[in-house]
Amino acid sequence: MAINAPEKLVLSSTNAAVLNTGLKRRLRFGERFIEGWIFLAGMLAIVVLLGIIFILLKEGLPVFTHTNPWDFLFGGKWYPAADPAVFGIAPFFVSTLMITLISTVVAVPIGVACAAYLSEVAPPRVSDTIKPIIEILAGIPSVMMGFIGLALLSPFVQSLFNLPIGLCGLTAAIMLSLMSLPIIVSVSEDALQAVPKEFKEASYALGATKWETIWHVCIPSALSGIAAAIMLGVGRAIGETMTVLMVAGNALAIPASPTDPMTTMTSAIASGIGNAVRGGVQYQALFAIGLILFILTLAVNIIAERVLERQKRKFSR
Amino acid sequence: MFKFKSKWLLPLALILAAVLVLAGCNNTTTVSTTQTTSPVTTTQTSVSTVTTTTQVLVGSFKIIGSNTITPLSSIWAENFMKTNQKVNIAVSGPGSGAGIAALIDGTTDICQASRAIKTTEIDQAKTKGVIIYEIQVATDALSVVVNPANPINELTFAQLSAIYTNQITNWKELGGNDAPIVVLSRDSNSGTFAYFLEDVIQMPGLPTADKTLQYGGKVLMLPSTEEGVSQVAGNANAIFYSGLGYVSDDVKTIAVKKTANDASVKPTVDTALNNTYPISRPLFYYTNGAPSGVIKAYIDYCLSPEGQQEVLTAGFVPLAK
Repeated sequence: MAINAPEKLVLSSTNAAVLNTGLKRRLRFGERFIEGWIFLAGMLAIVVLLGIIFILLKEGLPVFTHTNPWDFLFGGKWYPAADPAVFGIAPFFVSTLMITLISTVVAVPIGVACAAYLSEVAPPRVSDTIKPIIEILAGIPSVMMGFIGLALLSPFVQSLFNLPIGLCGLTAAIMLSLMSLPIIVSVSEDALQAVPKEFKEASYALGATKWETIWHVCIPSALSGIAAAIMLGVGRAIGETMTVLMVAGNALAIPASPTDPMTTMTSAIASGIGNAVRGGVQYQALFAIGLILFILTLAVNIIAERVLERQKRKFSR
Repeated sequence: MFKFKSKWLLPLALILAAVLVLAGCNNTTTVSTTQTTSPVTTTQTSVSTVTTTTQVLVGSFKIIGSNTITPLSSIWAENFMKTNQKVNIAVSGPGSGAGIAALIDGTTDICQASRAIKTTEIDQAKTKGVIIYEIQVATDALSVVVNPANPINELTFAQLSAIYTNQITNWKELGGNDAPIVVLSRDSNSGTFAYFLEDVIQMPGLPTADKTLQYGGKVLMLPSTEEGVSQVAGNANAIFYSGLGYVSDDVKTIAVKKTANDASVKPTVDTALNNTYPISRPLFYYTNGAPSGVIKAYIDYCLSPEGQQEVLTAGFVPLAK
C-alpha cells in the first residue's frame, strides 16, 4: 500500500480522504482476490493428488470382492478374459522388481562415476559440455528408447546370451538404466558439488590423491544426495511403461531368470486397460495394480525426499 | 493514479487470459460433443433441382477396434473420404476388445472386431443404453506363420494347442529342428487372441476339446500384429498367428488341419471362400443401433462390389455373394 503516500500529498484533504478509503477498499479486495487465486493454484496440486488417490481407491478396491487380497497379490495366474476371470499379479510384481533391480545395478555405478568425473575430475569446459548432453538423454521420449531397444539392443542381447528371443527383462532393464542415468548423474553431481571445498582441501593437504579424495571424502559426504539420486532413478524405472511394453516380451509366467520374457505392472495396465469396460472386474483389477504401483512409487519418492532433506541439513550448519 | 493502474494491469491481463482460455475450452468442447453425438449431418444441397439428386455427405466419425481389420478399414476410409470430401473418418486399431469397450462406453461410432461380441458384452452394453448392431464386412483366414527357414509345413489343432499352452516347447517334438519354440501371440486386447484361444487352443468340436485351456505362461504377448510378423521374419524358431492381410513374403504360412487324418490346407483367399480352411473367421463392424446417415453410407460402400474388391487388395476374403 506504499503507493498511497504520494497521492495523499497531491490531493486536497477532503477529497483525498474519500478517495483513499475507496482505494484502500478496492486494494484490499484486490489483494485478497490475488491471494485467493494463488492459494487456489497451490491447492490444485493437492486436490489433484487427493483426486487420484480417491479414484484409485474407488475403482481399485472393489476387485477384492472378486479376488481376495492374498490371491490377488500372490497369485501366479492372470487370465482376465477367462470365465471366471483369474487375477494374480505376482508375475508382474516379480518382473517389476527384477527389472528395477537390474537397471539400478547397471545405472548406479556408471551414474555415480560419471557424476564424480564431472564434478571432481573434468575441467570445467568439458563438464559444461557433457552435463547438458546427459540431460538431453532424459528428454528422449520413451517410445524412441523402445524402438532403440527393439531394433538394436534386443538382437544384441539375444546373440550375446544365446537366447531364443531378445525381448526379455534384461533388455528392458538395460534400456531403463539408460533412461534413469541422466537423473542419477544430474542429482548426484549436484550433491558432489555441494560438498564444502574445505573437505577436499583438507584431504589434499594430507597428501591424498584425487582418487582417494573422491572415494574417501567426496562420495561419503555426498552419500545422502547420491542415495536420493538413486531413489529417483528407481522411481523412474518402476514407473516407466512404453519402453518396457515394447521390449520386455510380455510373457505372463513368473520370470525365473532376467533373460525370460516378462510383463511388469505398468505394461500389464497399459496393455489391458483398452480392453477393459469401465467398471468391469478387469478394470477394477487394473486400477488395483495402479494403486499398488502408486504406493510403491510414493514410498520411493518419500524416502528420496527424506534423504535429500538430510543432505541439505548436513551442510547448512 | 498511473502507478495504481500499472499494478493492476498484470493480474487483470492474467485473469482476462484465463477467462478467454476457459471460454475457448468450453467452446471447443461443445463443438466436439455436438460432433460426436450427432456425427450424422447430411445436408441436401440441391433440393429444387429435379435432375440431380446429389447429397453432400458431411460429418466425422471414428472406427476403433481390431488391429487385424485396421489396414482394410484404412483403405475403405481413405477411398470414402476421397469421394466425400467433407467426411472425416479416424481409424485406430488397439484391438477388438478395446473397440467393443469403446463402443459400450460411447467413445467410438463404429467398432471393428475380429471376433463375435460376447453375450456378457452385449449385456454390459444394454446396461449403458447401447444396442449392439452387427454387420459382417469381410472374412479372414487366420494364418499361422513361421520363419521360412523352419522345416515344419503343417500342424494339427492339437499340436497348435500344445504349442500355445507350452506343453510342446521344442520343434524337435514336431519333427523339426532341435530348437526351443518361441511362441508369440497378440495381447488380450486382440480379437485374434480371443478367437485363437476359443477356436484353436481349446479345440472346440474335437474329442480333445477343453474349455479350461489358456495361453501358457511363456507365450510372449505382443502389442501389435506387425511386431509379431517382424519378429517371426527375424527369428528362425518363432511362431505367430495373424490375419491373412499381414502375411508377407518374409514369413511362411503353415498348412492347418483339424486332426491328423484331415487334409492340411494353406490359408488363402480361395480356401477361405470354399470353407476348406479350418480357421477362417468373420470380421465385423458393430454400431450402436442400425447405422444411419454418413455411417450408413460408409458401410454401404464397404459392402458394395467396389468395397469388397478392396477386401482382396488388403489380403482378406470378400463376403460370398
